Amino acid sequence: MNGTLLEVRNLHTYFRTDEGLVKAVNGIDFTVRRGETLGLVGESGCGKSVTSLSIMRLIPEPPGRIVKGEVVFDGQDLLTLMETQMRRIRGNSISMIFQEPMTSLNPVHRIGHQILEVIRLHQKVRKKEAQDQALDLLRKVGIPDPRRRLNEYPYQLSGGMRQRVMIAMALSCHPKMVIADEPTTALDVTIQAQILDLMNKLKEDFGASILLITHDLGVIAEMAQRVAVMYTGQIVEYASVVDLFIEPQHPYTQGLLESIPSMDQPLPHDRMLKAIPGIVPSLVDLPQGCSFRDRCAHAFERCQSETPLLFDVGTGHLVRCWLYE
Amino acid sequence: MSEDYLLIVEGLKKYFPVNGGFLNRKSVLVKAVDGVDLKVKKGETYGLVGESGCGKTTLGRCILRLDEPTEGRVFFDGHDILAYDRRAMRELRRHMQIIFQDPYSSLDPRKTVGQIIGEAFRVHKILSKEERRARLDELMGVVGLRPEQIQGYPHEFSGGQRQRICVARALALNPKLVIADEPVSALDVSIQAQILNLLVELQHRYALTYIFISHDLSVVRHICDRVAVMYLGRIVELGDQQQLYSRPLHPYTKALLSAVPVANPLKKKEAVRLEGDVPSPINPPSGCTFHPRCECRKEVCVREAPSMEEIERRHWAACHFPKS
Repeated sequence: MNGTLLEVRNLHTYFRTDEGLVKAVNGIDFTVRRGETLGLVGESGCGKSVTSLSIMRLIPEPPGRIVKGEVVFDGQDLLTLMETQMRRIRGNSISMIFQEPMTSLNPVHRIGHQILEVIRLHQKVRKKEAQDQALDLLRKVGIPDPRRRLNEYPYQLSGGMRQRVMIAMALSCHPKMVIADEPTTALDVTIQAQILDLMNKLKEDFGASILLITHDLGVIAEMAQRVAVMYTGQIVEYASVVDLFIEPQHPYTQGLLESIPSMDQPLPHDRMLKAIPGIVPSLVDLPQGCSFRDRCAHAFERCQSETPLLFDVGTGHLVRCWLYE
Repeated sequence: MSEDYLLIVEGLKKYFPVNGGFLNRKSVLVKAVDGVDLKVKKGETYGLVGESGCGKTTLGRCILRLDEPTEGRVFFDGHDILAYDRRAMRELRRHMQIIFQDPYSSLDPRKTVGQIIGEAFRVHKILSKEERRARLDELMGVVGLRPEQIQGYPHEFSGGQRQRICVARALALNPKLVIADEPVSALDVSIQAQILNLLVELQHRYALTYIFISHDLSVVRHICDRVAVMYLGRIVELGDQQQLYSRPLHPYTKALLSAVPVANPLKKKEAVRLEGDVPSPINPPSGCTFHPRCECRKEVCVREAPSMEEIERRHWAACHFPKS
């Protein structure tokens, strides 16, 4: 089960804007193994969604462009494929679940129609057979009374139900990998818990890998086996989930973990959180050297001039910081 | 037990009519807030938590009379403010302010920061020109913005800075009560911590009373002294933060707390999972409105709505079978 399914190598995706060139993804490397969940975590603008769109080759061109790199999926570099070949991959071997289930479902078509469309686009099956499959999928994702739901429109479903439909569609062609981009961010906590349970169960049943993109460290801790932390278009820390949460090494990761209010630790007397000072620098005007240096308590001369490399601090725990040279 | 309450709300209800059916002729009521009592002490942070549609925002808006309550009474500093006319209400609003969730849509894009924060002085016709100038500079410093940024327009600021502008605007007239409606939900975690720290700091400095509305249970735990949990327009549990989080009484609170993902992969929690969705507030279930999703429901829960009882000292719950 432990072979590599997806390997992203030295990926660069840039956008041309009026303000200048935005290096949204600026040289990232990571792998997703078969059957595992890799968490990609970071704050808005760190490049995590652009990474997923680059893998799917869904970057709008112009203004965006994948400048260089490789996306090797199942032994094949997706960036070298023709668009027609790519279309066979999307929704078939790799499928996506987005944040907003209302905008990613078509409001004027019935749920059933939308699921059938995916199934019949990728598999040569009769309508009746596709219908049975759709029904079976809705049952698997825990939608009560699935036969009735097939004939309903998205607006008739709650947010949690819509996300279940999205998951059913994503699984309809038995993908090898599901990219889930903030799949539960728009949902209430109790519904989020249901959807996360469901995703874990389906991962077991279908044996798919999940690339989970989120800003929520709690969700990552509950779902992922390995984690990549992104900041200004680069991976700054890459480790197993236990290493990352128990012994975070990069000052940014440490800062992030300290700045979330806890659910079980005693409150600090003054009710003050250890916030990371400052804000994320603009991507069109990144500082020289380490892009985190202005917010970092440990920064020294070298951080001002040279971009840090990824250092291995032990058993594949990678940190992009000069402290670990 | 004579405690100093700044705000007392009694039996507050807010029903919104919605039209439906053929040619919108059928009118039904959404019971957004359905009988809420609360007492907020001077200087405390009172948390209102619940999931979307539970009525927490409507409750906040009714307290400020941004929405007119359908029924109930609101006492601010001992005065029944629902009896106030427009003028008296405007005068009163100096003392009660609100901070909204979205720092993008709550700032007028065509006004400078100075105009946005200073608008209150204009509306209330207070302070001379020089005094306004000085007060503006002071406010900018208090919320951590540079004085020269006063000439900037909202689009020049990041989300966190915009929320600082909103905080400055809310504080301009030295209010007693600030209602913060999801003030950090739109912000990234590292910025969220900065704004929470700012709110705590300002509370000490100006002896503010907060009503903190949020769906984020860890943020509420961090910042609130007392917490009320809302479900379908009603408060189902109320207690001191520490009690409520360590010994929740209502099964809904229990489920809510257990649903929060914890940033610790080694911690295995006992999972209490709720089935199904929140029912519609148009046609809420009979008896206890939580009964269709409750794992410990009995026959009585379907028939009778439970009342708020003090189950342990200073800890109330509306449940027939509270777990103590």
